[in-house]
Amino acid sequence: MASRSVDGEQSTQAEDDYNAMLSTTDVELLKRAWRNEKAAPEILPFQSDLIARVREQIELMEETVEEKSTVGTDPLSVSLYQMDLDRTLFLLRSYLRIRILKIEKYMFHIRKTEELWNRLSKDEKFFTERCSDDLKKHLEESVLSKLPENYQSYERQSIISEEDDMIPEPRLDTFVLCRSKDYLTGIQLGDGPVDDRSKLFEMEAGVLYFICYKSIKPLVESGKIELLMMTQN
Amino acid sequence: MAGQSNHELSLFSAEELEFIAEDEIVDIVPNLKMDPLCLVSGDFGPFTPQIVTQVPLWLAIALKRRGKCSIVPPQWMSVEKLTQVLEEERDSQEMSEHLPFHYVEISRLLFDHARDNIPDAYMVRSLIEDIRDVRFHKVETDLEGFNGFTIAVKIKNLSAMEVNIVRPFIGRALQAFYKHDSPELIPDPERVSERRPQVAQNAPRRQLRR
Repeated sequence: MASRSVDGEQSTQAEDDYNAMLSTTDVELLKRAWRNEKAAPEILPFQSDLIARVREQIELMEETVEEKSTVGTDPLSVSLYQMDLDRTLFLLRSYLRIRILKIEKYMFHIRKTEELWNRLSKDEKFFTERCSDDLKKHLEESVLSKLPENYQSYERQSIISEEDDMIPEPRLDTFVLCRSKDYLTGIQLGDGPVDDRSKLFEMEAGVLYFICYKSIKPLVESGKIELLMMTQN
Repeated sequence: MAGQSNHELSLFSAEELEFIAEDEIVDIVPNLKMDPLCLVSGDFGPFTPQIVTQVPLWLAIALKRRGKCSIVPPQWMSVEKLTQVLEEERDSQEMSEHLPFHYVEISRLLFDHARDNIPDAYMVRSLIEDIRDVRFHKVETDLEGFNGFTIAVKIKNLSAMEVNIVRPFIGRALQAFYKHDSPELIPDPERVSERRPQVAQNAPRRQLRR
């Protein structure tokens, strides 16, 4: 953001420091995790360390606000602290909630796919287990048990199905909006043999691209590409 | 506070975009004395009357609403700068790079909460609206260039709100190309449900069908 300040040089310096600090705060990291999680079709690894730190900071801040309001600090600054706290809480809740939405949608798939299962937190695993057990029980009791024997699986349409075709899976071929921090090259678009379709693709730094999630999945996981929108640089 | 957009997981609601934009930094001139604030999102202040300080937009608005500061509008929000940008936008098919990513949200928030701090507010507002229109028209014409060979789309200098408006369309269009190109993909009921229009703006869709 542009800024006009009393002392030009000093303010640029301060601004640089400030920006450097901003990019490393846990809130900023949480915001990034939130955007990625919101944008990705499948569930991403749970940011356990980050979430633990943010929780800690929130608790500390809650105590501080409590303390300030009893001591009789200026009500204005108390309300500002509260607003800041509310914003952080919103981010945290929204992050956890998106994950729960994904879990509810794809619980059977997550449960049987080890890679995805390992991405969940302890609480999420517990939730997934309970949830999928209940849903399975419900499906079986209300419908499946009344069907002919060959059609009683909740995973398959019938026993002649070759794969688990009744389990919803996230669609990885969906298109997402992303942006890379560095110049990337050699990204393979599409799969199969190298023909016109699977040309190698390059990404300029900082430019937004609409691209098939499947082709950049590993880059999202390694943090090279960020999904969706970033705030100013 | 921003609302959750949980129908379509990957969409940001306008409120969420505003929430993100509220973290942008602005200059304010406080008229009160207050100790520095050590917030979860960073340290700000100290606040001394008449001394410019930098705070996130949400904090600036909170102070402004209580009459505790005036907000210094960002440099790009002047009649002079915006006139330049508008000319640039009209002269070239490229998007101007002189506007911040969240220019729509920032200007909107400032107009709603700090109108009296913006010189020539009326002019500034109409310039921003003109710029938006010109830019959106450009996006629409760009989209006409879509074809079956499009496998990834590069977007330069598109702002957050503009991206959000075209996202559902581009996403679906690319997906359709992708799907028709891969006969092994069998349609499933989920795909059908995704087809419902998400955003009121469906102008670009009409453009393409011509």
